[in-house]
Amino acid sequence: MARMHQTADIIACPGCDLLQRLPPVPLGARARCPRCGEILAAPPMDPIERPLALAVAAAITFGVAQATPLMSLSAVGRSAQTTIIGGALEMWSQGQPITAALVLICTTLAPGAYLTLVCTLLLAVRRPPAPSWAGALLRLAGHARAWSLPEVMLLGILVALVKIADLASVDPGVGLFATGALLALLAGLATSFDPRTIWDRVAWPTQDTPRGPGASLAEHAGGTAAR
Amino acid sequence: MTGTALTAARQGLISCGACGLLARAAAPAEAGFCPRCGARLHRRHPDSIQQSWALGVAAAVCFIPANVLPVMVTDALGSSTPDTILGGVAFLYSSGSWPLALIVLVASFMIPLGKLLSMGWLLIAIRRGIRGGERQRMRLHRIVRAVGPWSMLDVFVATFTVALVQLDPLMSVEPGLGVLFFAAVVVLTMLAAESLDPRLLWDRDEIEPRHD
Repeated sequence: MARMHQTADIIACPGCDLLQRLPPVPLGARARCPRCGEILAAPPMDPIERPLALAVAAAITFGVAQATPLMSLSAVGRSAQTTIIGGALEMWSQGQPITAALVLICTTLAPGAYLTLVCTLLLAVRRPPAPSWAGALLRLAGHARAWSLPEVMLLGILVALVKIADLASVDPGVGLFATGALLALLAGLATSFDPRTIWDRVAWPTQDTPRGPGASLAEHAGGTAAR
Repeated sequence: MTGTALTAARQGLISCGACGLLARAAAPAEAGFCPRCGARLHRRHPDSIQQSWALGVAAAVCFIPANVLPVMVTDALGSSTPDTILGGVAFLYSSGSWPLALIVLVASFMIPLGKLLSMGWLLIAIRRGIRGGERQRMRLHRIVRAVGPWSMLDVFVATFTVALVQLDPLMSVEPGLGVLFFAAVVVLTMLAAESLDPRLLWDRDEIEPRHD
């Protein structure tokens, strides 16, 4: 028998607001809204240790990708190389501070913040009860994930390489391979890290009434919904 | 079934936008805060339609200079060549790498244009209260949000080309003003798609405080 994941029974679909009773979902399976198809629950097999391992590995790879040159170029005895931050700095010095800031956010600040937040979160919620500030970190992590675009950056670098390859000889650097490895780790992290599981572990701020007014009323609403 | 669907809004309940907990509104006029995570509760994303229109129209305006102005200017041996996005696609195609030309064409031109048209269609469908096909429109909204970041591609291409090709006085590449507008299109369409509350695609009656 597969292990089941139990959450608050009655939920409203975040996509279409349909009230429904969420059945126990087998670990590794997905529950979708019958009306709009939104994923309502996708409890991973191993919700803490596996994403933690991937997040730590991704953080180290991220450090390597940031610190080492992405690629170097040489033509008629002259050579140049760049790192990820170097690209943003060059845009800044060429009179494009807004574009430079956006590139810096999407390639360095947001991914760095995301990995830091996920590592902190997973360490914090390892032993229940999870601290209430974990919720704030979870929300921040969602925003950081939305604006970190290492996969788009890698494709952009590859297109740039092809464009330049006609003019000069280009050598990929360690940073480029590290970015490729980072993408694989981030993809693994995305499938094994489930914010809903973390939310279920987050302690309620009012310790004396562990089931707050929202939950009791939701149960009441569940009675109405089942009618 | 959409006509009689039992939604949280019809029951005076609100799903917390941050943590997903189903909570009851504190008062008909004031939704209050989530008892679990403390986030402010909203029946629907506040001013979703207005924000989405405003950001979408701003993005559409920026789309024109983004395509007309050069994203890169190449200085080689004293002569400078401006390069627009579509010019870059033509260059990639003529230099024999048509798969990359196709990727750049799709990511930089067709995706932003498709996003703008899709957002317009979704907003008009909500405004008109068009029935039927909600699932398709929901899928469209999901696709728009998922592909959004990929149109940042050309911003990164320009950034890393500029960063690398600095072989003064032989050859150097400078960013053009087009890249700024292009980045604006991407960010504005991403924000417009995020502002649009998907639940509005399904709502059949006004989401107003209920007193019954």
